[in-house]
Amino acid sequence: MNRRYVQAKWQLSEGILEPTVFELGEIGKGGVVVARVEDELRREVGELEDLIPRDLQRGTIGLPGLTEPEVARHYSHLAQMNYGVDSGPYWLGSCTMKYTPKVAMKLESHPSLRNAHPYAPEETVQGILEVLYELQEMLSSITGLSKFTLQPAAGAHGELVGALIIRKRFLDLGERRDEILIPESAHGSNFASAAMAGFKVVRIPPSEEGTVDMGALRAAISERTAGMMITNPNTLGIFESDILEIADLLHSNGSYLYYDGANLNAIMGWVRLSDMGVDLAHLNIHKTFSAPHGGGGPGAGAVGVIEELADYLPVPVIVKEGSTYRLDYDLPKSIGRVRMFHGNIGVLVKAWGYLKLLGSEGVRLSSGIAVLNANYVRKRLMGMGFEVPYGKGRPCKHEFVISLSRFRREYGVRALDFAKALMDRGVHPPTMYFPLIVQEAFMIEPTESDSLSELDAYVYAMGELADLARSDPDELLSAPKNTAIGRIDDSFANKRLWLSWKVYKDRESS
Amino acid sequence: MPMPAEGLIPNASGPIISRMLNYLGINKLEDLFSDVPGSILMNEPAGIGRPLTQSELEALYSEKLEKNVTVKLSFMGGGLADHYVPPLVDELVTNQEFYSSYTPYQPEISQGILQALFEYQSLMAELLGMDVVNASLYDYASALGEAGRFSVRVTKRKKILLATTTHPERKAVLKTYMEPLDVRIVEINREASGEISLDELSANMDEDVGMVYLETPNFFGVVERKIEDVADMAHSKGALLVVGTDPLLAGIVKPPGELGADVVIGEGQHLGGYMNYGGPSLGIFAVRKSFRHIRQLPGRLIGITKTVDGKYRGYTMVLQTREQHIRQEEATSNITTNSSLMAVRAAIYLALLGPDGIRSVAEKILYNTEYLKRKLSDLLCFSVLFEDSLHFKEIPAMSEIPWSEVNSWLLRNGILGAFQVSKLFPEADSTGKLGLLSTTEKHRLADLDLLLRLMGEVCS
Repeated sequence: MNRRYVQAKWQLSEGILEPTVFELGEIGKGGVVVARVEDELRREVGELEDLIPRDLQRGTIGLPGLTEPEVARHYSHLAQMNYGVDSGPYWLGSCTMKYTPKVAMKLESHPSLRNAHPYAPEETVQGILEVLYELQEMLSSITGLSKFTLQPAAGAHGELVGALIIRKRFLDLGERRDEILIPESAHGSNFASAAMAGFKVVRIPPSEEGTVDMGALRAAISERTAGMMITNPNTLGIFESDILEIADLLHSNGSYLYYDGANLNAIMGWVRLSDMGVDLAHLNIHKTFSAPHGGGGPGAGAVGVIEELADYLPVPVIVKEGSTYRLDYDLPKSIGRVRMFHGNIGVLVKAWGYLKLLGSEGVRLSSGIAVLNANYVRKRLMGMGFEVPYGKGRPCKHEFVISLSRFRREYGVRALDFAKALMDRGVHPPTMYFPLIVQEAFMIEPTESDSLSELDAYVYAMGELADLARSDPDELLSAPKNTAIGRIDDSFANKRLWLSWKVYKDRESS
Repeated sequence: MPMPAEGLIPNASGPIISRMLNYLGINKLEDLFSDVPGSILMNEPAGIGRPLTQSELEALYSEKLEKNVTVKLSFMGGGLADHYVPPLVDELVTNQEFYSSYTPYQPEISQGILQALFEYQSLMAELLGMDVVNASLYDYASALGEAGRFSVRVTKRKKILLATTTHPERKAVLKTYMEPLDVRIVEINREASGEISLDELSANMDEDVGMVYLETPNFFGVVERKIEDVADMAHSKGALLVVGTDPLLAGIVKPPGELGADVVIGEGQHLGGYMNYGGPSLGIFAVRKSFRHIRQLPGRLIGITKTVDGKYRGYTMVLQTREQHIRQEEATSNITTNSSLMAVRAAIYLALLGPDGIRSVAEKILYNTEYLKRKLSDLLCFSVLFEDSLHFKEIPAMSEIPWSEVNSWLLRNGILGAFQVSKLFPEADSTGKLGLLSTTEKHRLADLDLLLRLMGEVCS
């Protein structure tokens, strides 16, 4: 139970862990030549000086020159000073850090996908189109939404697509609706995406239960309401039980209900979005459907819509005619293009593989166990005195939020200090200080990928930290000790803005 | 027999579920969904079929992908080309500590990915001749959309002058991103050389213009040779010059950062990434060291810092107050998940190739381009658009024979031929004769000769 973790630490000189590549290689010289002009080709074409005007020729390139073994070691060192889902518990709320089956990982490296050009004639990429079409169908089955686009590169990109679809729909209907309703506890990207699509954001405060305040919602709905963006379960991990009434209120007002799929891992195979009255939604392929997060991306953010909005999807859409597949660019009402080509295909095929691996029962089981794990950990933490400010009296879904404000008040220990000390215990900290309606928040999402003994170890670590906060708060305030580096000074970084090696190197002179 | 999914879910076995339910004082998993209205709880399977085993899954996938037609050589252009990926890049990004980690919100346990992304920012800045590069956007086109929004924030002006030679898909994305902002986009014609018309630019340049945009190489593969003049014109009226580029061009041609660009965008998928039928991609966004600009950047930024005790140099995310999770609707962009792992690919690629390797790849592409151009022009039924200009990687070829015939002959010989522009972008080619070929460092001289021989055979 009392586990410890010591992260690898490479320290090659005083005060510096792994040097940068700029310190490892000579600048402007060297490197590995992976392709070169053949002598015969050079003879045929002539000298470079005759091809490019002198004043346009590149001078020194300020890159470092290293050999292959040096580069291999350098980035291996960096990998060792990082932490992934396969390292240990990684319970970031709303991020669904689930395990990626390696067989799903492997699908992206098939040569027939890797070497496929996005403008290749459709008849030469039937296999890829079939896989993508099947993924769309499976996402439709899970959500009940009839049409999907796989183009958005991420969840927030999907939100933008959704908001633009709503905008375009009302432009076509000739209705001036310029407001989007968003619960205060929503993911920050909802507000930003609605604003990017030209909407004014109207905030809906939470009820005492942490769910949408129905009175406030009724008061906010007007002839200017284009739609509402909702996450269900919400960011507190509480299912919005009034969802049918919320949908009715919007629909009877002619407004649309947008669903932010970041929390779909709570209800996949249990509730269809269409049955909740959802009109359009994005799904995070890199959360619910197991594609890895890549240290921040790439992900994919498929968007599904009801039939009424299908004509507004970005072009092209994949269609099936008989037994062949093709790309349809002819959607006169489409919002247009949101990126080049057809989507993050290398990410999407992993979701196809993942769903094939789970099947219908596995999908339901995944969400069921994710919710079971969350409830188990929540009850154990509550039993140890951790405060759950919202939704105590009902089951949570795949995540829940605790408040550590008592520790701050009584011992001067913040959520941040708990987070740093968790790292020394081999646990990646949960999402902190979110949602904003909870003080000193820890948003905990165990997913279905961890075993009971991992859940218990996490709970044990939290208990140990609660005890230390009372008996030896300095232990938390000075954490972490076992990571590659000690506590980082964020404000110093924000003052200096050393955002590249060039800027850092020139720091004395500026 | 447990079903395959249970092998992915440690607590899925009956006894463990019972133990946990027992602790919670409930009888079945369904009880955890008591807060969902009963009328909408699903009581039939999700409809995605029976679970497959791992070996079944691999077999099924291979069976499907066998329906693709694989080629031994790809010369198709149009914005993405078949580049060489050094095996070391693949090897290093398969470290789970990189690919399965999240955005490094906890810097102490994430120094590895933070430093790798900082190195990406720094290496890309050197290559492009800029100071600050963000930690990635989705792709080249969405980077253009973000550049448009950036220009409105920085200049408060709502007019964009756009080179008509911009890739049509990027034009379309810019339009999508600008529509809600009510920004006017004016297209600037090209000269006979295929480069932007300075006369027309000058005629449209006024103090309402917030951004001038051109690409080098442009949609037709033409390298712009007068970027400095364009920069002067834009700056004289207080507008920003945004240049879109293929980062590999900077291996032999002066980068946009040395020619007066305020913002440089581009596609980084060419640096150590596969085509993958279009994505994942890597949107590059670079600016100069101006606080006014840095503060308005979209996306994540990694900076150098120190530990609280002052003993170590370290890395962390900076200026998060620009971002959606803090600033909400006032954020510079909604971007959250980006293309970090593609940025790590690009960093490893640039670190491995170094100055000599990058120069050599760029030179090889340029020589291949020049060779194909000359030899194509020698063939009776083909000619090259803007033949006397400098092309890089993409070759705009006009064919007297329908491209469908040329391409199917090439395909029968294992080669993916030209991208016929009018098929997708009739506005960019009214003749139907224009095809974009591309060549990369992967093509040996013998490969070029094979292509030329086969194209010659179609002619005769």
